[in-house]
Amino acid sequence: MRSIVLKRLATAIPSLLGVIVVSFLLTRVLPGDTASYFAGPAATPEAIAEVRKQLGLDKGLPEQFARYAVDLVHGNLGNSLTTGQPVVTEIANRLPASGELTLLGLLIALSTAVPLGILAAVHEGSWIDHLCRVIVTTGVSLPVFFTGLLLVYIFYFQLGWSPAPLGRLDVFYTAPPQVTGFYLIDSLIARDFETFRAAFAQLILPAATLAIFSLAPLARITRGSMLAVMGSDIVRTARASGLTSKTVILTYGFRNAMLPVVTTLGMVFSFLLGANVLVEKVFAWPGIGSYAVEALIASDYAPVQGFVLAMAILYVALNLMIDLLYGVIDPRVRLEA
Amino acid sequence: MTALDTPAVEAAVPPATGLSATLRHARHVVTGNPITGFSFTLFILLLICALFGPFLVPYDPLATNTAVALKPPSLHHLMGTDQLGRDLLSRVIVATRLDMAVAIFSVALVFVLGGISGIAAGYFGGWTDRIVGRLSDTIMAFPLFVLAMGIVAALGNTVTNIIIATAIINYPLYVRIARAEANVRRNAGFVQAARLSGNGEIRILLTQILPNILPIMMVQMSLTMGYAILNAAGLSFIGLGVRPPTPEWGIMVAEGAAFIVSGEWWIALFPGLALMLAVFCFNLLGDGLRDIVDPQRRT
Repeated sequence: MRSIVLKRLATAIPSLLGVIVVSFLLTRVLPGDTASYFAGPAATPEAIAEVRKQLGLDKGLPEQFARYAVDLVHGNLGNSLTTGQPVVTEIANRLPASGELTLLGLLIALSTAVPLGILAAVHEGSWIDHLCRVIVTTGVSLPVFFTGLLLVYIFYFQLGWSPAPLGRLDVFYTAPPQVTGFYLIDSLIARDFETFRAAFAQLILPAATLAIFSLAPLARITRGSMLAVMGSDIVRTARASGLTSKTVILTYGFRNAMLPVVTTLGMVFSFLLGANVLVEKVFAWPGIGSYAVEALIASDYAPVQGFVLAMAILYVALNLMIDLLYGVIDPRVRLEA
Repeated sequence: MTALDTPAVEAAVPPATGLSATLRHARHVVTGNPITGFSFTLFILLLICALFGPFLVPYDPLATNTAVALKPPSLHHLMGTDQLGRDLLSRVIVATRLDMAVAIFSVALVFVLGGISGIAAGYFGGWTDRIVGRLSDTIMAFPLFVLAMGIVAALGNTVTNIIIATAIINYPLYVRIARAEANVRRNAGFVQAARLSGNGEIRILLTQILPNILPIMMVQMSLTMGYAILNAAGLSFIGLGVRPPTPEWGIMVAEGAAFIVSGEWWIALFPGLALMLAVFCFNLLGDGLRDIVDPQRRT
């Protein structure tokens, strides 16, 4: 098992290198003079040249890249122009908010999409199948920011069930003492159920928005792979042996159909990380997505670059974990590797 | 990958008589499946709005009139008015052109870039394959919307750059399909025949391989059109690309977002619905097209 992990880690290195090169190129090679931007609009040509020298922009590209790489190794992503804070600390502070939102969204999506896909596959061609298809196609056609606004209108303005869409916690509550950074878990650890309820109320709408968007790929792949497995010999044998249909579908069918579903999780994560940016803007969620958007609007490069890099590293790491999960689910994969 | 595969690969482009059969089949699919027929109608409607939108609308989409600001839908303003008293119906219709143009141009761009490099990678293999593969792997290593944000932020905040960014994030998808399809055909009988009659490699690529994988690429184009529209609208929603007061669906939803919490739902709802219908239309159309081109992969 350990050698597999190491082998898979080695294959992630080229992706990571590519990610670092691209995020470097995004700000260095492309048009727009960073030095004159940093120096301000009233700067003299000498002042701009001075800033350029300070930033190391007068050096050749390879040397600039080397400096960038050294900074990265030291965990230095530069400072934000607008807040003056190091980008690394800001991203680290905001990451739990985004993480909690994305993971809960994924959890909701999985627990809806997988049963939906299984139902559609078991009743192929029936009204359940068609309904499932309509639901997921609608879900993927709805722009996430629009779904979010729709939910806010219905559940906040019309029904009054959910609190104002303004961040992670209502102003009347204080954040639970930080252990994991996830308010839901931290408030449970502190045995503060009132705060747990409040945090959950804030979280459920944005998480549902993300879930609706990611239903489609998960439900489709579950259905497709269940159909393939249900038509296979093992299922026929299981049926012929007189097992109940529940055992046949869940133990024989679903367990074997899980692998493609896990593969799709990687793609779904890419969707979710992108959609996160939009959802955080709609719900004023203090995560790294809204941090990046604020920086984008202020033309503040370092945070945007740091954000892109952080997301890409997160994504590479997630794909790594998914690959390792294969081995757990399907022992055959372990043997082949 | 040589002689073994050849029998499984279909022959070259069907002869001219096949065309009428394809058309008949297409008509059968459009009329036979009500959903595909519906999406095709919707597509025509979108095209009409995109081409003739500015001539159809009752009001000037940019004209402000504060006397009628924030009015809910009525007979005078079927979709209501926004905070500056602009007619939403007119704005939603006029916006069709810009949104469709972004989607069409970005898909066309990625079709050319991804299609050609994918075919070359699949056909030549070796170094070409490795370089193209590495490039698309690098793009795939990013969450795609995040990469698009980064590209637009770096290249500059214009509509052209939104088109470029949307094309780049779809690149790996097109490469993968074109590469796989070209790869199975590289030694097909008709390709060997063309080679034997003295055609150069580039000529074979363009006249033998490309026409054969075109149908599958067309399906992909329809499916990614919806995604391209969503992506462009998402970018303008966070303030990249299109600037107000230009009518564009994403930015109109963003403008309406501030009014949702106070109950003025129509400002965000109608552009959002237009956006959803357009994406829905392309997704269904893509599924329908796939049924024509590739009946085995029906889902």
